[in-house]
Amino acid sequence: MRVAILVTCVNDAMFPDAGKATVRLLRRLGIDVDFPAAQTCCAQPMVNTGYLDEAVPVVRTFVDAFAGYDAVVTPSGSCAASARHQHALVAERAGDAALADAVAETAPRVRELSEFLVDDLGVTDVGAYYPHRVTYHPSCHTLRLLGVGDRPTRLLQAVRGITLVDLPGARECCGFGGTFAVKNSDVSVAMGSDKARHVRETDAEVLVAGDNSCLMHIGGLLSRQRSGVRVAHLAEVLAATEADR
Amino acid sequence: MTHTFVGMPPFPAAAREALANTQLRHNLAHATAVIRAKRAAVVGEVEDWEGLRRAGAAAKERALLDLETNLLRLEEELTSRGATVHWARDAEEANAIVVGLAQRHGVDEVVKVKSMVTQEIGLNDALVDAGILPWETDLAELIVQLGDDLPSHILVPAIHRNRAEIREIFLRQMAQAGRPAPALLTDEPAALAEAARLHLREKFMRASFAVSGANFAVAQTGTLVVVESEGNGRMCLTLPEVLVSVVGIEKVVADWSDLDPLLRLLPRSSTGERMNPYTSMWSGVTPGDGPQEVHVVLLDNGRTRALADEVGRQALRCIRCSACLNTCPVYERTGGHAYGSVYPGPIGAILNPLMRGPGDPQTDSLPYASSLCGACFEVCPVRIDIPEVLVHLRSRVVDGHRGDRLPTPEAVAMRAASWAFADASRLGLVERASGLSGTVLGRLSRSVLPGGRASAGRLAGPATAWTGARDLPAPPRESFRQWWARTDGGRDE
Amino acid sequence: MSEARGAEFAKWSNEDGTGAGARGEILGRVRAALSDKGYAAQRATAASAAPAPGAPSPTPAQPAVPRRSPLSGSERLELFAERVADYRAIVERCAAAGLEEAVRRAVALADSVLVAPGLPLDIPGARVDDGLTASALDIVDAVVTTAAVAIAETGTIVLDHGSGQGRRAITLVPDRHVCIVRADQVVDDVPDALERLDPRRPLTWISGPSATSDIELTRVEGVHGPRHLHVILVG
Repeated sequence: MRVAILVTCVNDAMFPDAGKATVRLLRRLGIDVDFPAAQTCCAQPMVNTGYLDEAVPVVRTFVDAFAGYDAVVTPSGSCAASARHQHALVAERAGDAALADAVAETAPRVRELSEFLVDDLGVTDVGAYYPHRVTYHPSCHTLRLLGVGDRPTRLLQAVRGITLVDLPGARECCGFGGTFAVKNSDVSVAMGSDKARHVRETDAEVLVAGDNSCLMHIGGLLSRQRSGVRVAHLAEVLAATEADR
Repeated sequence: MTHTFVGMPPFPAAAREALANTQLRHNLAHATAVIRAKRAAVVGEVEDWEGLRRAGAAAKERALLDLETNLLRLEEELTSRGATVHWARDAEEANAIVVGLAQRHGVDEVVKVKSMVTQEIGLNDALVDAGILPWETDLAELIVQLGDDLPSHILVPAIHRNRAEIREIFLRQMAQAGRPAPALLTDEPAALAEAARLHLREKFMRASFAVSGANFAVAQTGTLVVVESEGNGRMCLTLPEVLVSVVGIEKVVADWSDLDPLLRLLPRSSTGERMNPYTSMWSGVTPGDGPQEVHVVLLDNGRTRALADEVGRQALRCIRCSACLNTCPVYERTGGHAYGSVYPGPIGAILNPLMRGPGDPQTDSLPYASSLCGACFEVCPVRIDIPEVLVHLRSRVVDGHRGDRLPTPEAVAMRAASWAFADASRLGLVERASGLSGTVLGRLSRSVLPGGRASAGRLAGPATAWTGARDLPAPPRESFRQWWARTDGGRDE
Repeated sequence: MSEARGAEFAKWSNEDGTGAGARGEILGRVRAALSDKGYAAQRATAASAAPAPGAPSPTPAQPAVPRRSPLSGSERLELFAERVADYRAIVERCAAAGLEEAVRRAVALADSVLVAPGLPLDIPGARVDDGLTASALDIVDAVVTTAAVAIAETGTIVLDHGSGQGRRAITLVPDRHVCIVRADQVVDDVPDALERLDPRRPLTWISGPSATSDIELTRVEGVHGPRHLHVILVG
C-alpha cells in the first residue's frame, strides 16, 4: 500500500510536530509513509471564503501531488473534508473535465488519521503511552462532514496511562471557522471563550483535537486566560510512548 | 411600529453590539438550551428520523421542481372552493391587496395570526399607514408589538426577552392597546399568558377581518394549513367574516399525502413536541362554518430569484421550524436582530441573500455569519445543506467584486495565497521567511505558551483581529517540509 | 376606499381582484428559474400527462415515507391515552355502557353546557348549538363533541366538524372541551390519520389544551383555546 501524508499547510508552517508525530506513529504501525514534496494546501481557505477561482490552481497542485497513492492520510479532519467534499465543486467551477476526473480519483482516498487507523488498519490500540489528564474536542468537520463518530475517543481510551475526561458541550463549535475567526472575530472569540471555559471545567492538563487550526484558536484563548492548559494534536498523543519519558 | 430592519449595519458590527448585551446573551443561552433538549428528546424517539427527513426534503423538492403546475392547481382548487386567489410580485403589491380588501370592507382593525411572510412584507406598517390597526395575537408577536420591538426568532419572535421584561412591557403598554394588564401581574409565565388571554379576548370577539399566513398549501386539494399552539390562530381563522391568507409561493406541496412527513417533522423540530396543540386545515369557504369570504394572496417577493439559483434553491424547502437557529452557536450569542431581517440565524443567512440578490453590504455580510460548523444541517428537518449554500453565496459575493478597480486586502491576500499554494517551491520560500520571523518573534516574545512554545505576542495590522483576544504561537524555526528534507523523513533524526 | 387607493388597488388586481398581470409574470419567472439542466433532467423522470382532478401528482422518484412499527389494538389505545395525558389533558377510558355517566361527570361542575348537533347522547340541561355568537359561546363553560380520528403516536384528536362535532367555533371559545373518541377511531400515526380524513372538510387537529412556549421557551398550558381538554376513550 502506497501511503502519503497530507501534512496540511497549517501543520507544515505552524505545527510541524503534528506531522512528525503522524509519520512516527504510522511507521510504528508498519506504514512507510511518504511526503510528496509537491503538496501545498487543500484550498479550503479560498473555497470557504468564496474565492473559487483562486482555489482552482491549488486543487490542481493537490491532485498532481497525490496522484497514484492508495491512501492520503492527514492529521486534519477539516482538510480531509475539504478534499472529499469541496474539490469536485472547484473542478466544476474550472470547467475542466480532466481535473474533475483527477479529483474523483484522489478525493475518496483522502483519510483523516483516526479513520485510517480504525477503519483501514483496523487498530484502536496503537501502543501509545500518555500519562496525562486529557479532554477531547471533536472538531466540527471531523464530527459532521466526515462522521468519524467515536473513533478518536476509542483510540484515546486505548492509550496507556491516560485519564480521559468528557468535555461539557463537546459537540459545539469552538468558533474558529477559518477566516470567520478574523472576519467575525468578536463572535469567534465569544464562542471560543465558552469552549475554553468548558475545557477548564474538566481540570484537564491537555486539550486534544484532530485539527490544529481549532487548537490554535482554543489554545490561544486558554493561553491568554493564563489557564495553564496546553493543547496537543491527537497524532502527538497517539505517537507518544514510554520511550519519550 | 417605528422600528425597522432597514439601515442595519453589516453582521460583524451588529453582532459586536449584541455580544455586549449580557442580558440578551443570558436570555438566549437559556432559551436555546431548553428547546435543544426538548427537540433532541422527541426526535430521539422516532424510529427512522433520517428517513423521515429524506421524505420531507423530497416532498418539498418535488413541489418546487414542479412549481408552476402546483401553483396553477392550487389556484384552481381554491377557486373552485369559493376562495379568491390574488398574485403579488412583491411586498408592495401584497400589502396593497390586503389593505385594499380591508378598506373595501370598511374595517379599522384586523386580527393577525403569527406569520413570517406578513413580517417580511411589512404589512403592519402598510395597514397603519392606511389607518387600520393590526393586532398581533400570537403571544410572542404581541410582546414584540407592544414593546415596539423587532422579532428576533422565527418561532418565538420575543425570545430575546425574559419574563421580567415581558411583565414590564405588559404593565406599561397593554392599556394603550385595549384591556390593561392586571395591576398585580407577576412574572410567572402562566400569569403573563393569562394577561394576554384576557387582553386579546375582546379583540377576538369583535373581529370581523383576519390576516394569516400558511405553513403549507396543498395543491391537490386547495387546503391551507396553519400550525400553532395557543389557539389565537384558530380564533382568527374561525371567528371573523373575512380571512386573507398571505402565502409565499414556496409553501405549496403537491399532494395531501405530502403533509405526512412534514407534519411529523415540523412540531418535533420546532417546539420539541410530538404534535403542536392546534393545526387548522381549510379549503376555501365552508358554508355555515368560519369566514364566508376567503382570500389567498400568492407572493413571490424574491422567491423566484432564489428558485433560479441551482445550489441555493434548496433553501425554499424551509418549513420555518427554527431548529437551525436554536442549535446555531453564532445565533445563540448574537440573537436575531444582528441578522437585520425577520429571517435570522443560519436559514436567514442564506434565505435573505437568495431572495434579495447580492450587492448590498449588509446582505453580503450574512453568508459570512457562520463558522460552517454544520450543526444547522444536522438538525434541519428538510435537509437543507446550509453550509453548502453559505459557501456558494460567499463565492457569489466575491464574484460580484471581481471587477472592482481597487481589490480588498482580503482579495489581495487570497490571490497571494493562491499563487503560493499553486507551487510547493513558492510555498517553501514563504515558509523560510516565516521561520525567520518565528526566530525573531520568538526572541522578542515575552510570553510562553503552555507547553513551552514562544508566543508571537500582540501583532499589528489585520492580525490584531486574532491577537486581540488570542495568543498565537510564533512560527516554528523549521517547517515540516524543511524537517523532512533535513532528516530524510525522520529517518536520520 | 379613497379614489387614489382604489386606483392603486385596480393596478394590482383585475376586476375580480386577482392581479392577472402579476400572475403571468410570477409564473413566467418560475418557468425561467427552473429552465436549468438539473430541472430538465428531473422533469424527464416525471410522467408527462397532466394529473386528473383529485389524483396524486406525477412523481419524480420519491423515497418511501418511513412509518412507525405497527401497534396492536391494546397497545394503540394505551399509547394514545398516555400521549394525551402527557399534554396535561384529562383522559379516561370507559365502556360504551358507561359513556353517558362519564360525560355527565366530566361536565358536572359546568353551569352551562353546549353540545354539537347530532351528538348521540342525552346530557340533561345541555344546549344544542344553533349558531351561537362568539360572545354567547364565551359564557359557555363546557362543550361536548365527538371526533373524526385520533392518533396514538402523537396523542392527537382530529375533528372534521361533521355531525356530533359541530362547527369550529364551539370547540374553541368555551374553556372546557369534552371529546368522545371511539376506540376504532384511534390510528397509529399521522399518515394513517391523513388517509382517513377528507381534505375537503375543515379539520382541526387538537393535541392537549392550548399552550404556549413563548416565554423563555417554557411550556404553559392555557392560552386562547380551551384551557381544559377532557378526552373520553370509549371501548
